[in-house]
Amino acid sequence: MEAAAVAGERAGVFDLARIRADFPILSQKIRGKDLVFLDSGASAQKPRQVIEAMSRLQETGYANVHRGAYFLSESATAAYEAARGAVARFLKAASEREIVFASSSTAAINLVAHSYGSLLKPGQAVVVSEMEHHANLVPWFMLRDRTGIELRICRVTDAGELDLDDLAAKLADGKVGLVAVTHMSNVLGTVTPAAQIARMAHEKGAKLLLDGSQAAVHRAVDMQALDCDFYVFTGHKLYGPTGIGVLWGRLELLEKMPPFLGGGDMIAEVTLAGFLPAPVPARFEAGTPPIVEAIGLHAAIDYVEAIGMAAIEAHERRLVDRAMARFSTLDGITLLGRAQDRGGVFAFALDNAHAHDLATLLDRVGIAVRSGRHCAEPLHARFGVESTCRASFGLYTTEAEVDFLAEALGKAREFFR
Amino acid sequence: MFDDLRDLYQEVILDHGRKPRNFRRLDDADRHGRGDNPMCGDRMELWVKLGGDGRLDDVAFQGKGCAISMASASLMTETVRGKTQAEARELGERFRELAMTGHCPDCGASLEEEMERLQVLGGVSEFPSRVKCATLAWHTLNTALDNAGKEASSE
Repeated sequence: MEAAAVAGERAGVFDLARIRADFPILSQKIRGKDLVFLDSGASAQKPRQVIEAMSRLQETGYANVHRGAYFLSESATAAYEAARGAVARFLKAASEREIVFASSSTAAINLVAHSYGSLLKPGQAVVVSEMEHHANLVPWFMLRDRTGIELRICRVTDAGELDLDDLAAKLADGKVGLVAVTHMSNVLGTVTPAAQIARMAHEKGAKLLLDGSQAAVHRAVDMQALDCDFYVFTGHKLYGPTGIGVLWGRLELLEKMPPFLGGGDMIAEVTLAGFLPAPVPARFEAGTPPIVEAIGLHAAIDYVEAIGMAAIEAHERRLVDRAMARFSTLDGITLLGRAQDRGGVFAFALDNAHAHDLATLLDRVGIAVRSGRHCAEPLHARFGVESTCRASFGLYTTEAEVDFLAEALGKAREFFR
Repeated sequence: MFDDLRDLYQEVILDHGRKPRNFRRLDDADRHGRGDNPMCGDRMELWVKLGGDGRLDDVAFQGKGCAISMASASLMTETVRGKTQAEARELGERFRELAMTGHCPDCGASLEEEMERLQVLGGVSEFPSRVKCATLAWHTLNTALDNAGKEASSE
């Protein structure tokens, strides 16, 4: 792909200026000010390589997939399935058949909650944590309310880490069928010890789903090393398009699971008496899939892999260290969570300004942060705060931008004095 | 760095935001309502004591939220005290227009003095995501006057 060729020239060298030049939106002025985009955790910006790959497909190669015996449909199908292959390699999956395309992480978790959830028996339990995004919380409430399984909530420590003693206690009676927790908190930045959680879950006969919506963006994720059973992530946070998410599941589990949505493409046979579901993964991809978005996700994966996930992680570590150092010199700022293992996501509150007032001020100087509860209302309740501002970094974030944020926070506190 | 934001955050607003007036519960209230902006985390509770003639004898609120939402609620409680319910609702209608557009063609018609007092919040119209912060108190007042016991939301 072109993305690989262009980005590949600089493989091994993290050339931030060239990376930023790949993202057309970053050269925008906001009310005459340079855009300082610190909301990549909500949705990341897109490099030209992704935008162009999607345009190219629609201009020259688009047709529906898995349906036509004509040239364009066959080539679109090949491109769509090549995207599946790219995702499988990105996740170090054992087989491309373990990759299911969904419309988002949210849709992927709902798929597991419905389909794998239907295999759980009354008396069994699901464990989630206090730091889940609503997307990994509400589907399990819905499952509980639908089937009567028990939902257990694992506590989070004051440092913002998963309380592993509490997890052990929640797993102790052996009734837990599934642990569903985040791999990296979208509020605290905490990276959870996935392999250890997997070991704890498996010892008690439970499966593990990791919500990788944030984690997969910030570091290499290897399904063999993590040893989880389900993993989900989304395209739009990985510099790809909206409308596409990924569910990875162990093949032997996916093959036992009933379909979620019914429709075209997910069937082997339909008569007026009923249907036979298609094999995995088509079984879980009812209807016309997000074709253009899959090609966009492929381009995004090529893009980050050409830079290298290790290089991206190292860059982010520099940004995190910088942010921690700068924040520690500011008066009146409270950071939510101080996990040892963390990524570039910071939720914070000023002592004299509400999150929304602060976000309005920051916006005035071109800084885009999220304000509110970041789809994690129970976590804000856990830390006793109504709302926070959140700065989240992307691979294009610079140390100068981190400094500018810190400077603006100091000035904002003066403004409200 | 933020000087041009003084139009939005005028001293009056910062003052009412820091020290909201009528920030208390009314134990003998005749009307009560709750308001919530779920996306923001602004929450308030509002009480109204009605006089024998149906006027708003006392209006008080408690809650948590941004400076805009707290200042708006504070200014509202001062502005609607002594008004009839119809006047209070009328002020709410005009205030919503002011908050959304920055203008209020009917504002001079009657209740001129009251609207002038609320004018300090007109700057919010330039900040579309903040309009609901300013209008939450007025939605909550309507809810309380309707006395339906439902939660107000300006989403």
